[in-house]
This record gives sequence, C-alpha cells and structure tokens, in this order.
Amino acid sequence: MSSLSSPAPSLSVPRIRRHPRALVTAVVALLFSGGGVMMHAESQPVVLALLAAFILAFGVADRTQIGREIAATCGDYRGVANGMALLCALILIVLFHADHYALLMLATVAIFSTACIALNLQLAFAGIANFAGAAFFIIGSYTAAVVSAYTTVPRAFAPAIGALVTGAMGLVLLLPVLRTRGHYAALVTIAFGVLLRTWLEVNDVLGGPQGLKIGSFSILGLDFARLNQIGPWSVSFYLPYATLSVCMFGLVFILVRRLENSWVGIALDVVRSDETAAAVFGLSIRLWKVVGFVLGNAIIGMAGALYGMMNGFVTPNGAGLGDSLLMLSIVVLGGIGNLWGSVVAALIILELPEKLQTIQEFRLLLFALLVLVILLFRPGGILPRPARDLSRFIDGAPK
Amino acid sequence: MDLGIVAQQVFNGLMLGVIYSMIAVGFSLFFGVLDVIKFSHGDVVTLGSFSALGAAGVSGALFALPPALALLAGLSAAVGAGALAGIVIGRVLVIPLRGAPSINVLLATLMAGTVLREAIRLGVPNGGNPKPFPALLPSGMIKAGSFSVGIDSVIILCAGLLLVVGTHLLVTRTRFGLSIRAVAQDDEVARLAGIDQQRVVLGTFALGSGLAAFAGCMLGLYYREISFNMGVLLGIIGFASAVVGGLGSLIGPIIGGFLFAGVQTLVVVAMPISSAYRDVVAFAVIIILIALFPTGMIAEQRSDRV
Repeated sequence: MSSLSSPAPSLSVPRIRRHPRALVTAVVALLFSGGGVMMHAESQPVVLALLAAFILAFGVADRTQIGREIAATCGDYRGVANGMALLCALILIVLFHADHYALLMLATVAIFSTACIALNLQLAFAGIANFAGAAFFIIGSYTAAVVSAYTTVPRAFAPAIGALVTGAMGLVLLLPVLRTRGHYAALVTIAFGVLLRTWLEVNDVLGGPQGLKIGSFSILGLDFARLNQIGPWSVSFYLPYATLSVCMFGLVFILVRRLENSWVGIALDVVRSDETAAAVFGLSIRLWKVVGFVLGNAIIGMAGALYGMMNGFVTPNGAGLGDSLLMLSIVVLGGIGNLWGSVVAALIILELPEKLQTIQEFRLLLFALLVLVILLFRPGGILPRPARDLSRFIDGAPK
Repeated sequence: MDLGIVAQQVFNGLMLGVIYSMIAVGFSLFFGVLDVIKFSHGDVVTLGSFSALGAAGVSGALFALPPALALLAGLSAAVGAGALAGIVIGRVLVIPLRGAPSINVLLATLMAGTVLREAIRLGVPNGGNPKPFPALLPSGMIKAGSFSVGIDSVIILCAGLLLVVGTHLLVTRTRFGLSIRAVAQDDEVARLAGIDQQRVVLGTFALGSGLAAFAGCMLGLYYREISFNMGVLLGIIGFASAVVGGLGSLIGPIIGGFLFAGVQTLVVVAMPISSAYRDVVAFAVIIILIALFPTGMIAEQRSDRV
C-alpha cells in the first residue's frame, strides 16, 4: 500500500559507555539460550515460564530507562549483535545435533524468517502488500520438485532455480499491480493466490491435491537425507538443513540490510511514502517497485524450495490465503520493516502452538486475537522499525 | 445446444450473480464512507447462514412453527446478527484504526473474520463439518421443455433482486442515503452540514453486513448445506466483483457480481468435465480486467491531492 507511514523517530537515550560490546554479546547469548531451551523444552510449565520470562524481559527493555539503554546499545553495535546471533544459532545446531524435532523447528523458523524478510522488502520498503506470499513459497517448492524429478540439474541449484522461477512469476503478476494502487493491487495478489491454489488442486500435471515428492538437497555428492553420521557422532539428517537454512537466512539478512542502508533503500522509502515527491525527484516509481517486488519474490521462492526439499513433499494446501496471511501477520506482528522483529514473531507464531499442545484447537483463534490486540494497541508491532539515522552524514563523525 | 439448457444455465448464472452482488455492494458501501476494505465480510455471510440455521431450527423445534414463520425467524436472526457484527467490527476495529496505514486495517478486518470463523467452528456443536440447511421454501418445479427450476430458487432470485434494487433506492432516494453519499464525498463538509458522521458510518456498516447475512441465508436455502469456512471464497469473490465493477459506485459491484457469475457459468458450460476450473478462469479474468481497467470498470471520481 502506498500509504505506509514512515517510521517514527525514537527518543534518544544515553548510551552505556563501558564494555558495550560485552553487554551486547551477553544479551544476544541470553536471548538465544532462552530460545534454545524453548525449542528443546518438553514440559508445558517450562514453556510457560520461559514465555513469562520473555514477556518480562520485553517489558523491561520497553518501559524502563536501563532497558531502553541496553536496547539502544544493541542497536548501536549491530555488527556485534548480528555476528553473535549467527554464532549462537550455529552453537544451538551443534548442541541439538541429534535432536530431530528441535533442529526441524530451528530450520523452519530460519526459513520462514527468510521469507518474511523478503515480505518486509516488498511491504515495508517497496510498499506493495503481497497477499500471495505462501503462493510464491509453494511455487518455489514445486519448482524444486520438478527440478529434482524431471531434470538432471544438480539439486544444489534447485533453490536458485526456484528463486528465478518465482521472480519471473512475480514479474508477470506485477504488470497489473503496477497499473493500480492500494486495494486494487491487494486484490491482484489475493486473486493470484486463490487462482494458483485452485489450479494446483484440479490439474493432474503437478500431482493434483496429493502434490509432489521432492528429492532431498545434495551438494558435492553429499545427500542431505542420507547423512546420519559425522565422524564418531550420530547426527540427525535435519542438521545440514538447519545449518543451510541459518546460512541462507544470514545471507538474505545481509543483502536486505545492505539494500536498506544504501541509496536503494532510501529510493524505496521515498517511492513508498510519497509517489508524487519521488516523481518530482526523478525516481522511477515503476523501476523501484519492480526491484522490490521481484527480488522479494525470488527470495520467497528460494526459501520455499529449501523448505520443500527439507520436508520431502509439497501439496497445494499451503498456497491458500490463510498461509499468506500468516506470513504477512508475522511481518506486522514483528514490526513492519524490522528484520529482527520478523524473526521474533516467526518464533512466536510457529513455535508456541507446537509447544503448548493445550491450545492446539484454539490456535487460530488466539493468533487472530493476538494480531488484533497488537494492531489496536501497538500498531508498530512488537519491535517497531527504528528511524533512519542519517546523522553520520551531517557531522561527518564516524560511529 | 438446446434452448432449455441455455435457459437453465442463464438462471444459474443469475442466481450466483445476485448473491455475489449482495456481498459486493457491502464492500462498495464501506469503501465509500470510510475508504476501508472490511475483509471480514465473507465471514459475516457465514455468520448469517449459521444464525438463520440456528434460529429456524430452534424456533421450529420449540414451537412447531410452519416453515414460513421459521423462515421469517431465521431471516431476521441472520440480518440482526449480521448488522450487529458489522456495527461491532466498525466500532471496535475500523473507526479506531482510521489514521493507521491501510494494510493495518486490512489485516485487522481479516483477523476479525478469522475470529468469527473460528468462533463458529468451535462454538457450534460439531461445527467443523458441513451442516444441512432445512428446506423452508415451498417445493415444486416449474417446467418448460428441458428447462426446469424449483419454485424455491425463483423466490430466492426475486428476493435477492428486490433487495439489491431496494438498497440502490435507499442510497439514492432517501435521507439516510443522502447522508451516506455526503459522508462518502467529503466527510468534513458533511460534518459541517450537521451530519452525525459516526452514526452514518455505523449505519452503513449495519446495512452492508445485514445484506451479506441475508445473502448467507439465501445461500443456505439454495444449496441446502452450509459450512464454517464457506465465507472465505465468497468474501474474495465479493471483493473481486466490487473492485472490478468499481469500488466508487453502487452499480459497479452489481455489474461485477453478475460478471463474475457469468464467467463462472460460461466455464461450466464450455468445459462440463472440468468445471473445477471455473474459479481458476474467473480469477484469471479478474486479474486481466484489473490490468485493463486499473480503477474498476466504473471508475472512481477522484483526483490526487498533493
């Protein structure tokens, strides 16, 4: 939508001066160990206690002076925080090396976070609401299925081919989107999602409602599905998938972050927030919408291909409006435009229902109510997008 | 092709078209007064049919009412529940979110729809499965050669057409309609002219949602079966009809509704074996039409303010 508001400027808080890097490292390590225990935990009381601890920590960071300072310091030392996050994710993978379930959760969260970062690129930066996120995700999976079943192309390329195919599909869909605005553009993506799902269900070429099997990922002769032993340790075959997903997330994160902080991100922000002003300054509205939308779809397709290969099959079920809404809600819940916010929201949305079996039946209801409450009382999401800080260009002082 | 079958298909198309139009008119009404898309509209349709089922079933069982009275009870329950849901959604979600980005409003109403749907699934006994809808209209067939149609379908069709025409007259000929159009055109000037804007907005929400609930009741009577998730596709179809016809006008969505139904019926006639493709083709046509008429076939009358 073209009327997304710009991120609100935040109040500046005094920064912590002594050992800021150690503090950031400790905070990230603490958060990840909490997340790790959550993925591993079996008993409901432990999950509930962890949830309460997270909410408490969030409240402290959001409402108290010291909490805001710590959060701001983490924002200042982004490099340390992001590097530490990658390290922690890899440590978690090593710790869980034989635990199928925990690794599957971790890989799922990483893959969905990747897709949601791509949605952020489309929605928060380029200003196009994509209500067919799950459809493009599934197109990626189907591409991987076709590549692995009918071609001799090495399977390591399947995600890349998935990205190309979904990117191209996005380009075709973009033709009507570019001619319209707002609600009309939303309809085009919604209609495409419904069309794709119905088409996949009724045609037999791609397996109909049963879907297709997908061959596992393999690279340099190493088939991910056959891996169960590294040296003396027996490992889960989800281990390489988890590692790959985390690496994919890392690369996509760096790419999108670089885009956001470069002139491309500024151009996207201008085009989204005021098309007239953008046109006055000679920015091509079409070009930037194409860049944001196609790149986002390509990333979603790549994530979808990897997810499909990890699961080993794909059905039309996931392509519907419901799953696209789930992805979009993760973006809004986390905070539109905040990449880490999407990760936090993906963790909450994907993992909590798995862990709290008692709420399984009421999962959708609670989830919908949660999104409603967030939209009404915290419209910026859990972690609102921070204001663009261009002060370094003004004083010339390096950070 | 034999004339009777053509007439039969035309009748089916009209039937679908009237139902889609009733849903689409709601979208156009909400968009007019508040510039929002209320996406829970499809689930209000479901709410209407379940309310009608509940009211007709309970009153029929308790008082052994004749079908006509049970139908009346069902219809009033449906319209009442729909209008109430519309007012609650408008008051609690849409009006407080007026200043927010439109994606927030869109998501909020979508989630409200999910809440409604899940509440029906969990609240109605055995709500996850399709439910039979009682036959409350007189049975009997009208036959002319190979063309045969139930009297109940004719009644439903006429009632729907009357309601769509009635809504149009209400908006164009009455005082309430005048205030709706005033708020839609410029709400500040409307307020200066002494129009209670909030009342008009909520009234519009009640009107549109009541229409949708009535359509839900008609669907139950026509198909004799309802399920908790039937509103999702209906909502999307209604929205698509409204957008293709043109959100800014009231005739647009009616044209859009009949167009969508026409395309679906044509596909069924042209490919009787693979009638499952009717939604695929219909939505493809929608995407192409949007590319051709970016602001709907009856364009909105507005200009950019810089």
